[in-house]
Amino acid sequence: MTIDMSQFYQVFFEESAELLEEMERLLLELDVADAGKDALNAIFRTAHSIKGGSATFGFTEITETTHILESLLDKLRNGELPVRVEMVDVFLKAVDVIKNQLAGRQYESAVDDQAVAEICRQLSAFAQEGPAEAVVQTSAAQAPQADAVATPAPAADDAEPVDPTPENLFAILTGAKIAVAPVAAAAPVPGAAGAAASDAYGFFTEVAPAQAKAPVPPPAPAADQNPGRRATDAAGDAPPKRGRRASDHVDTETTSIRVGVEKVDQLINLVGELVITQAMLAQTASHVDSALYEALRTGMAQLEHNTRDLQESVMSIRMMPISFVFSRFPRVVRDLAGSLNKQVELKTVGEGTELDKGLIEKIADPLNHLVRNSLDHGVESPEKRLAAGKPAMGTITLRAFHQGGNIVIEVSDDGAGLNREKILAKARERGMTVSDDMPDQDVWLLIFEAGFSTAEAVTAVSGRGVGMDVVKRNIYAMGGRVEIDSTLGVGTRISIRLPLTLAILDGMSVSVGEEIFIVPLTFIVESLQPAKDDIKTITGMGTVVHVRGEYLPVVALYDVLNVRPKVTELDRGIMVIVESEGAKSAMFVDDLLGQHQVVIKSLETNYRKVPGVSGATIMGDGKVALILDVEALARGTFREEERRAA
Amino acid sequence: MAKSILAVDDSASIRSMVSFTLKSAGYEVVEAVDGVDAMTKAKATAMDLVLTDHNMPRMDGLTLVRSLRELPGYRSAPILILTTESSQDMKNQGKAAGATGWLVKPFDPQRLIEVVRKVLG
Repeated sequence: MTIDMSQFYQVFFEESAELLEEMERLLLELDVADAGKDALNAIFRTAHSIKGGSATFGFTEITETTHILESLLDKLRNGELPVRVEMVDVFLKAVDVIKNQLAGRQYESAVDDQAVAEICRQLSAFAQEGPAEAVVQTSAAQAPQADAVATPAPAADDAEPVDPTPENLFAILTGAKIAVAPVAAAAPVPGAAGAAASDAYGFFTEVAPAQAKAPVPPPAPAADQNPGRRATDAAGDAPPKRGRRASDHVDTETTSIRVGVEKVDQLINLVGELVITQAMLAQTASHVDSALYEALRTGMAQLEHNTRDLQESVMSIRMMPISFVFSRFPRVVRDLAGSLNKQVELKTVGEGTELDKGLIEKIADPLNHLVRNSLDHGVESPEKRLAAGKPAMGTITLRAFHQGGNIVIEVSDDGAGLNREKILAKARERGMTVSDDMPDQDVWLLIFEAGFSTAEAVTAVSGRGVGMDVVKRNIYAMGGRVEIDSTLGVGTRISIRLPLTLAILDGMSVSVGEEIFIVPLTFIVESLQPAKDDIKTITGMGTVVHVRGEYLPVVALYDVLNVRPKVTELDRGIMVIVESEGAKSAMFVDDLLGQHQVVIKSLETNYRKVPGVSGATIMGDGKVALILDVEALARGTFREEERRAA
Repeated sequence: MAKSILAVDDSASIRSMVSFTLKSAGYEVVEAVDGVDAMTKAKATAMDLVLTDHNMPRMDGLTLVRSLRELPGYRSAPILILTTESSQDMKNQGKAAGATGWLVKPFDPQRLIEVVRKVLG
């Protein structure tokens, strides 16, 4: 019988990725000056587990790297070497290198062999310099003890927490004074194994002495280093000391299953279809006489209820805690703060807040930009902070919470805040139309415009003015919005508001002629029927509608989408005021039909990309309705008008 | 009736591989993610064999062996340690703790089955 190991590769890759994340988190939390045994043990174990796995699956290059890493970590947790900041840096780099190696195996991507070799060299170098320093430490620590040679250094500290009862063999083992003791004490236990023991001990293939020879004291080296190490382990692994994190880990391990994303997506799709079918049935059933078909009506009501519950449950499968994204930032902040010579503390709040997996993947980049930006432009240098009467250590806070059907993610810093005058000056310099009495909110949003940067010096981190506009575009593409609050000298808070899922959208259905379109609710400011006087034609802007002191360009959907409308007189239809990319416009439609949650179907996968349309959905009556791409429509009009004007 | 084996490892990939290997050899397998979990499961069901990793969070393999040996049902049950540790000293400690055998990772599935068969008789 042969066993195909490849079926377990995926589990190994996922597990290793988690372990590396865990290692990175532990490293970042590690207090170098006072590195606890528990922490060092936990870090050691992550490396150890990856090594074990990679060895089992025959990924020898990963085994080699992790072995070198593990060896050094072993020395640290045994107290043979002191932990140094440079080591943590190299460990973090090693995490990256191992990630790279894993990716090499998983995706057959290129592995940076030079980086691997370099990390291995650095790790080995740390391990090499070990003995000398360790000796110094040992002798210093043990100066008062006369029998320093007989008692191994770690054991001196570590034997203490171990309860020296007869049951606890480790305690006896660490008592290096009586070398015979461990074997004598241990004897009854294997003895209990009875007849099986003599045969079974054969598995200790390299163990020379048989059971009968057990009373022979273990070889000398065993008595010096390793008992001490075992004591360390025993103390470190004692259940009460491990705390909550360990048990959390176990809980997720034993109560969750891994399923491919495509399976979940298929499930979501099927439920989407079910919702549509249910809606169609409901619509049909609504016409039957409820007195005659009472059972049918009751059944339909039940079906609707169950369908909705099922949909919610299925959607929740794709929901993941935002900690998946947040967890990468301690590293980002640490690295960046170091290179900018700033002192920054990162706080995260609401890591358990859940959102759709698709959004999690897409929000990571924009958040990364925002955090970098906060670090680079927001938080001041320690000197400036002290001069301003602030603590030298700046704080960046990542916060996530649910609000209505949205998730709000905030990136805030207690830095310099945005400078209104500077932004306005810069905007004028760049030829943007701004006015001095613009509300702050609008001024702040200018920093999201393309090519906008008020930083005096361009840094490698941010400040080339690329990025922030991409951030905004990405967030809008997810159906989200951005808001900024800032106070000069106090700090800045950027809030991202996202829908909970990409698969369902809150929309307003509108009719144009025989067609039904869906306008995503996030874009809609208000809807109104304009008075005849409010509609004007202005040179260069085409038709505009006057709403609360603003002249908004009119986008007549029937015209743009080439549909025969029921109404063409602008004062007899409805204006749906939408806001996109900071500009408002009025979409002219025949009528408003209602508000729905619609299941988004991609047009691109099923048909092709259509300008002005972002997707489609199936309505309750089985008809297809197109979901409007509000941004493109709003932009398209301006171009259209320009063309006409020219 | 198929003999039951408790497979203990904090690594999901290794655990599932060990489990798969043993199941394909006709054994019943119960998985545990660390020593503490293993103790709970060992108390709940009498297992014919325990196969455990050493380096694990909360309770390591050697501690598990010692704790098991204090349970009435596990005084003489075979306990194998499957670990990357291969030093003589560690093996001695394993032996002293009461382990029946010591297998070094990476393991060969075929060899694992052979050993398990031998131990379970």
